[in-house]
Parts: sequence; C-alpha cells; structure tokens
Amino acid sequence: MTHSRPPSGAHAHRTSMGLDSRKMAFWAFIGSECLLFGSLISTYLVYKGRSLVGPYPHEILNIPFTSFSTFDLLMSSLAMVLALAAVQRGDMKQGKLWLLVTALLGLVFLGGQFWEFSHFVREGLGLTTNLFGSTFYVLTGTHGAHVTVGVIWLLTLWVQALRGKLGPGQAITVEITGLYWHFVDVVWIVIFTVVYLIQ
Amino acid sequence: MKSWLTTTDHKRIGLLYFWTAFGFFLMGGTEALVIRAQLVRPEGIGVSAETFNQLFTMHGTTMVFLALMPLSAAFFNFIIPLQIGARDVAFPRLNAFSYWVFLLGGLLLNASFIAGPLFGADRLSVAPDAGWFAYANLTSRQFSAGPNVDFWLLGLQILGIASLAAGFNFIVTILNMRAPGMRMLRLPPFTWMTLITQFLVITAFPVITVALVLLMFDRFFGTHFFVPAGGGDPILWQHLFWMFGHPEVYILILPAMGIISEVLPTFSRKPLFGYTVVVYSGVVIAFLGWSVWAHHMFSTGLGPIADSVFAGTTMLIAIPTGVKIFNWIGTLWGGQLRFTTALLFAVGFIAMFIIGGLSGVTHAAAPADLQQTDTYYVVAHIHYVLFGGTILGLFAGIYYWWPKMTGRMLSETLGRWHFWLTVIGMNLAFFPMHLSGLFGMPRRIYTYSADLGVTRFNQLSTAGAFIIGIATLIFFWNLLSTRRRPINAPHNPWGGATLEWAIPSPPPVYNFTVIPTVASRLPLWQTERHAPMEPLPERPPAPIHVPEGSWWPMITALGLPLMAIGALSRLLPIVLVGAAVVIVGIYRWAYEPFEM
Amino acid sequence: MPLLLAVVLVVLTACGGPFPQSALAPRSDFSTSLDHLFTNIFWWAVVVFLIVEALLLYAIARYRARPGAAAPKPVHGHTALEIGWTLAPALILVFIAVPTMRTIFETAGNAPEGALRVEVIGHQWWWEYRYPTLGIGAANELHVPVRTPVQLEMTSADVIHSFWVPRLAGKRDLIQGRINRIEFSADSTGEYRGQCAEFCGASHANMRLRVVVQLDTAFQAWVDRQRAGPTAPAKGSPAELGQQVFRRSACIGCHTIVGISQGKVGPELTHVGSRATIAGALFPNTTDMLRRWIMNAPSLKPGALMPPQGLSAADLDAVVAYLQSLK
Repeated sequence: MTHSRPPSGAHAHRTSMGLDSRKMAFWAFIGSECLLFGSLISTYLVYKGRSLVGPYPHEILNIPFTSFSTFDLLMSSLAMVLALAAVQRGDMKQGKLWLLVTALLGLVFLGGQFWEFSHFVREGLGLTTNLFGSTFYVLTGTHGAHVTVGVIWLLTLWVQALRGKLGPGQAITVEITGLYWHFVDVVWIVIFTVVYLIQ
Repeated sequence: MKSWLTTTDHKRIGLLYFWTAFGFFLMGGTEALVIRAQLVRPEGIGVSAETFNQLFTMHGTTMVFLALMPLSAAFFNFIIPLQIGARDVAFPRLNAFSYWVFLLGGLLLNASFIAGPLFGADRLSVAPDAGWFAYANLTSRQFSAGPNVDFWLLGLQILGIASLAAGFNFIVTILNMRAPGMRMLRLPPFTWMTLITQFLVITAFPVITVALVLLMFDRFFGTHFFVPAGGGDPILWQHLFWMFGHPEVYILILPAMGIISEVLPTFSRKPLFGYTVVVYSGVVIAFLGWSVWAHHMFSTGLGPIADSVFAGTTMLIAIPTGVKIFNWIGTLWGGQLRFTTALLFAVGFIAMFIIGGLSGVTHAAAPADLQQTDTYYVVAHIHYVLFGGTILGLFAGIYYWWPKMTGRMLSETLGRWHFWLTVIGMNLAFFPMHLSGLFGMPRRIYTYSADLGVTRFNQLSTAGAFIIGIATLIFFWNLLSTRRRPINAPHNPWGGATLEWAIPSPPPVYNFTVIPTVASRLPLWQTERHAPMEPLPERPPAPIHVPEGSWWPMITALGLPLMAIGALSRLLPIVLVGAAVVIVGIYRWAYEPFEM
Repeated sequence: MPLLLAVVLVVLTACGGPFPQSALAPRSDFSTSLDHLFTNIFWWAVVVFLIVEALLLYAIARYRARPGAAAPKPVHGHTALEIGWTLAPALILVFIAVPTMRTIFETAGNAPEGALRVEVIGHQWWWEYRYPTLGIGAANELHVPVRTPVQLEMTSADVIHSFWVPRLAGKRDLIQGRINRIEFSADSTGEYRGQCAEFCGASHANMRLRVVVQLDTAFQAWVDRQRAGPTAPAKGSPAELGQQVFRRSACIGCHTIVGISQGKVGPELTHVGSRATIAGALFPNTTDMLRRWIMNAPSLKPGALMPPQGLSAADLDAVVAYLQSLK
C-alpha cells in the first residue's frame, strides 16, 4: 500500500495549532454552513403559518415515513464512523464496505426525499403553490443537494479505495468526509424537528 | 503570461488583486463623477433616470464588492504570510481560485453595461438598477422585468464564493502557519484585524447568499418569498440583507484600521499604544456588529421596543470604536513623527473617520434617524467612514507597502499632492451632504427641485468630487511611473518593526531564507526586553521547494460565470456545462500533485 | 485645514435659504421632538469632535521628528487612560440613550382620541389619501387641520415608498401588506413640501407631495367641497366639450370622476382643478403643464404609467378646460 499522492496542503509541515490545516478549514466551512442553514430555517420559521392557501403542513407531512428517513440517515452516520475506524487501522476491506454502505444509505435517503416530493406535488404542493411549499422545498432541497454532494464524495473515495489508492495515510481525508457527513445528518435532525415534529 | 494565469504565489495573487481592484475603483469613481455631474444643477446634464439608477447602483456595488474588499484582499494576500513568517497561505490554489472568481464576477457585473442588445434592449439599459441593497419588492419580476437585477444577484453570488474561499484560507493561514514564537498576542495588528474580518466574512456571506438565492427563486421560478401578493414580506429581504450588510461594513473598515495600526507606530517610532485593547476592541466590534443590523430599518416600522434595542446596541458599538481612536492618538503622542505620505493618510483616516463615526451616533438615535435615513445625510456618513476611513487607510497601506511589494518607492512629492487634494476634495464633496440631506434631499434621485435650496451644496459636492478625481489620477500616475524606476528599495525603508521588513523588497519567491523564530511583538526593534532579531541569511541553507502553479483554480472558476450566463439567457444546457466545468475542475484539482 | 475650509463654505452657503423641506425648521410636535433629540446629540458630537481633533492636531504639531532628538519612550499603554476613555464615551452615550428611548416611545405613532385618521396608499409615483371618517379621498396634496392630531395609516399598492415631509414628521415606509403609522399635530398653517424617500423605481425623484395645513374652518370648507360631486360644466363651454372627450377617451380606464368614470389606476380627478400641483406634486397645475402632461406624461416623468394620449389639439384644450373646471 503506497502513498499515491504526495502530501498536499500544509499538513506535511508543522502547524501552529497542531491541527491539520485541511481539518481546520473544514471546521470553518461547517461554521459557515451553519449560518447558511440557519438563514434558511429562519426563513421557514418566519413564514410558518402564513401561507395564503393550502396544502398546509399538517395535511401533508408524513411523520412515520420521514422518521424512517431520519433513521436511515442516522444509520449512515454510524456506517461512516465504522468506515473511518476501518481506514484508520488499515483494514481497507472493511473500509471499502462501510464507505459503500454509507453512500447507499445516503442514496436511500435521497430516494425517500424524491418519493416524498413527488407525492407532495401530486397532492398539490408545488414550489410556488404557497409559502410553505417555497420554504419547505428550498430548505429540504438545499439539504438534499448537500446529501447528494456527500454521496458523490463518498463514492469517489470508494472508487479510490477500489483502485488501492486509499489507505491509512489518507485517513484525514476520510475523517473530513465524515465531518461533512455527520454535519449534514445533524442539519437533517434540526430540519426534521423544526418542520415535521413541531407543527 | 502563463505564469500569471497559473500562479499560486500569494505575492503575485496580491498584485493581481491590487491592479484589478484599482481598475474597478477607477470605474466606480467614474460612475460617481457622472452622478455628481448630473446633480450639479437641479435639471441635470441630460443623464436619464434609467441611466442614473444604474449608475448609483453600480457605483455602490462596485466600490463595496469590487474595489474596497479586493484592495484589502491585495494586502491580505501579499502581507499576511510575510507578517506571520510563512512561505505562503494554507491553500495556495484556493487562493488563486478566489482571485479568478473575483475577476470573473466583477467582469460579469460590469458586462451588464454593454449587454443590452443581447436582451433586445438599448446599450446602457440592463445594468443593475435597484440600488446596491436592492430592496424587495421593487426587485420582483413584476417591478424589475429586465435582466438588470438578475445580473446583480448572479454576480454577487459568484463574488460571495470568492470571499468565502478566501475567508477559510486566511483563517487557517493565520491560526496554523505562524512562525515559531509568533503567539497570537504577538501578531501584528493588521494580521489580527484580518483574522477578525475573515470570521465576519464566513458568517455574514452565507446570509446574503440565502437572500440572493430566495430572490433568484422569486425571479426565475415564481416563488413569493418577497412578493406580498403571494404572502411574502418585503421586510424579510431587509432583515436578511442587513444581517449580512452590517457585518459587511466592519469587513470594510477593520482591515483599514489594521493598516493604520501598523503605519502609526512605524512613523512615530513607538509601539502601538494599547495593543491588547486595540485587538480586543476589534473582537468586540465583530461580535457587537451582529446585534445592530436593524438600525438600517428604523423607518420600516419595527415598533418602539425593537427600535430601542437596536438604538441601544448601535450606541454601544461606538465605544470599542472610539477606544481605538484614542489608542491611535496615544501612539502618536510622545513619538518622533515622520510625515511620509503613508503617515499623512493614516492621520487623515483618524481625522475623517471620527466625523463619520459621530454622524453614525446621530443615526443611532432612531427618531432622529427618521429625518436622516435615505437622505444625503446618510450618504455623507457612508462616505466619511468608507472614503475617509477605508480608502484613506488603504492609501496609507499602499504608500507603506509599495516598496515591499514592488521594490520601488512611490514619489513622496506626488504623494503629498495626492493626499492634500484628496482630503480637500473629500471634505468639499461630502461635508455639504450633511446639510443637503437635512434640508430635504433624499438619496438616489437623478433630479431635485430648485426650490429646495440645496443647489449650492450640490455644486460644492460636485466640485469636491472632481478634485478627488484629479487627486486619484495623480496617484495613478505615481503608481505607473514607479514602473520605470529601478528595483532598489531597501529591506526596510521605513524602519518598521514587523517581519515583512526583514526580507528583501520585493521578497524572493520563498519569502524567508530561514523561517525566523519570533520573541516579541516587534521583532525588528529594540524593546525593553528584546534585542532586534538577527538578520536572516542572504541565501537559504538548502534549496527551498516552491510549487509550480496550477491551471485548475482558474479553469474551475470559469465554470461559475458560465452557469450565470446560462441563467441569464435561460439556457439550461449552458448552466449544466458550467456546472460540469466546476465539477471536472474540482476533481482535477483534488487529484493534482501539488506540494507546498 | 481642508475640513475647516469645507465647513466654512458650507456654513456660508447655509446662510442662504429658504429651505422649504428642511428637517431643521420643525412645525409640528413630532418633528420638533426629533429636532430636539438631534440637537442634543449634535452638540455632544461637536464636543467630542473638537476634543479628538484638538488632541490629534496637537500631537502632530508637537511631536514632529526633530533631527538629533532622542528615541521616543516605548510606551505600550496605560490602563487608567484606557478605562477613562472607555467610560467617558459610555457616559456620554447614556446622556444620549435616555432621551432617545423616551422619544422613541413618544413618537411611536399611537394616536390620541379624536385624531383625524387618514389612509395613505403609495403608488408608483403618486400618493393616494382616504379619509375614512370623512368619506372623502384625495391625491398628492394632503389637507389637514392645524393643531389637531392627525394619524396617517400608510401602506403601498406596489413597491416600498417612504412618506417624508421633514417639517412635519420623520419618515416612515409604505410597505405592501403592512400598515405603518405617523402621528403628528401641525403647529401652524401653511403648505409643507415633501417627497418619497425610499427608492421606488424610475421616477422616485419625481414622487413629491404637499401637506396643506389649514384652520378648522378652511379645512372644513375643503372637506365639504371634496364631498360634493364634480362641478357640472356650463352648457356650451369648452369644459363641456372636454367632458365628452374625457368620456370617450382612455382616461376613463384609469381615473375616477364621480358620476363619470371609475378607473382606479391613477389619481381621482373629481376635484383636480382645486389642486395646486399635478403629476405627483411635480408640476404646477397650469393650463400649459396640464396640456403637456396629458400629451406625453412619460417624457416629463420617466416611467409614468399614463401613456401619451393621441388627442387632437382641440380635444386636448377641451379636456384641459374640463379638468380645470373640476374645482
């Protein structure tokens, strides 16, 4: 198992705070994303109850189905943790498996979102139907786009592992992927609570 | 030429930012001169309302996003790694990416000036025209049918990406790439102010991004986020915009405050008075800056409780701001002042910024603000803090760091002309605006009634603006004429104390032959506890590897305006091609071997 | 120096006047409290300004580098000074904050009993007024009685506008879907000028208004005239011809003249002849301006929604005579 890529970024050198620069940058990025989702969630909350016409949330949101989606995403975070642990100890067979499982669970989530959105549209809730539709789709759509990017990212790592180019030396990359994935999961928990549970 | 397109060297990127931003500054200044020419008399000089509305919108947008922020970025890029003892920033390719995205975003915005015929309209009719803060619901498709606002919201989203990328980059650089011994409280004040500014950038820009995306959805996809007929509230736009907008003004001023916190000590031959207070007051300003946004909305009917809260927080933020001014005066006090042009501009900053700060306090009193907001009084305030503050501070920085950046000295004689004409011009231009505002002249008007009695003030303002124009041309001439001078500036022409002055002017590509170990806040000066740092060796002890540069930042950046053009022309395939360029660019970038 | 020059020039210029739209010449309770608050803060600002500039000027004069002088003492700070110059501004701000909060609540727009209610609806680029308790409407020129509390309840029919008559009131915005209130009581009779103070599109600069403050008797007379129907044109007069032209032209699609037409797009014209101005208080209400306005409004006021009227010269004269007769 060789290092295929030369060390890049500042991590090869000593860092003032002892933290890999890429990880630090990623935490800054997550901070920034909190403001992004925070603004979208605030917009949802500001317009809650102000739709001029239906369908309204209580008529159309399906809590049992979405609870399953939430569970799926939580399990994907578990798979991610297992993937990172495997890569860190050099067990690439397990690493590949759990990376793939994470990506697949992510795809299941996306499939669920797609099904839910199609169902809503058939029930008469489109993007422009009312404020609930607009804020709901933009918020969950942005989250879904983030999940999509995550799935692509995970599959990229998985392919890289298949080619033998991912190993414990690149654990930091997998760790950062994990950070992203867990963040996206946490955002979903907040959305699930704010949109679905508290009505 | 190719080396400039693929450069990842922070020094070259800094120079690219400088010249590009200066070019946009001249554009924004020209827009201002046309505005002032039109307003020199009540009936104007023939500028139509539609053209005028584009001019003031582009003047504001250009100056804020394409001139002031990138001029500050020129210094972040060139100077920060030098001040902290690093060879480059944490992510050199991301740094290059930020520059290219900025350039392309700025070009897209300004392309709107000539793009009219592509949309079946006249020349000079599709540039953004809803004001630099584009209030809903004027910006809805119903009331702004053309592509003007689309150019604005797409251009700003692109520029936001540039700023965010740079924000992450500089935060990590400053926190993680300091030379040994460079503790946080030994950082130069400019580096501190930059760090604080970048935290503001990465938290504020997502908010405007959301606002722009929601507006984009309203205009392109028919949602009603800001459209009352569909239940939307135009005031939501104002809250989102100003939650970004207020931190943005601190993003604009803190770097300049950092610059003068460097210039004053150097030319007083004394350390910065109250370094810790200056640093902590910057941190306090950044936090408090999040609590004041609705002072831009006092006339929207927030209600007396909200009005009181925001009036209070706005008054509160005057305290850490005022404290800095006293510390700067304390730096000059008891010093040995050498009046180079850089020091003149730094002193000018203090003298002018206090005026803008005090008019800001009058704005904080919400009821009084009901007479001031949306009039020339607030235009006066803006320009005293942004011109008298940020721009004078940036000029100080240019005169100060030009030798380091280019190896050539700027002419001090031309510099004096520049300074005095600028200060005379700006006071003549902006002081009368306090009065024309209080005498009833609203902002953003292309004509005004002769009966108002404000004609004389407008004449003074126009004269002042043209004097500023002349001063700026003199400055431009100064910059250009240094290109003919020999590159012979010393390491430390001013006797500065910080690390950038320990290396040649301009620095070698690797900056430091040996990364120094730092023992004090003023490494190059003799202080009570430390002798000056030993000079660094002339040559590096072993060859220093320098990255070769990369095409991928620029190529990836190209995908963004492509997506915007696809949106403007309603051609989804072009949007997808642009997205593909971005995605391919990212992959190639990620897999490229690149070593610092 | 340059600042001094600017200040002197400006002060000299300011000794001109009159300034009919000045915030510094208040004529109502509302604008007077704003003026008092501003003056209070202004003088504090002048004091701080003089202190800071004096310190700065002294420092740059006194501490010029002299050849051969010793190196300056490397002073790093002074805790007592820091505390001092943090607390002093804080104290001054208290003196500013207290009257500010008081004025905020005093001027929040809540009307006392018996206030005259006027609804203000902003349009691009004119003002519509309705007096719900009096059963009348008006446009661009707002009539109110002197020394009487007036409550404006304001909203917009399109984009955000801002109602600003500096001598009588601070500005508040007109926002579709919301109602903002201004409450004031004018001290003295007269005509007060104002204009829109929130950028609202092409002719924002041209969206002007007048407030006519009258003695009770004059106000009542005005109300009675507004309540009455339109003056019938004399038989055989140009105005009668004009009424016929009006009836068969596009005018009726946008304008209301009670008993003649019911258009709601533009201002009501039932008593247009009694107004001093036209076109959003932009032009004097003269024969010539009326003619030019009707002939080609957008050429006079960019973006105006009233398209050029292709009327013959004779028809145009007749319509103008008709409108002028509607007192």
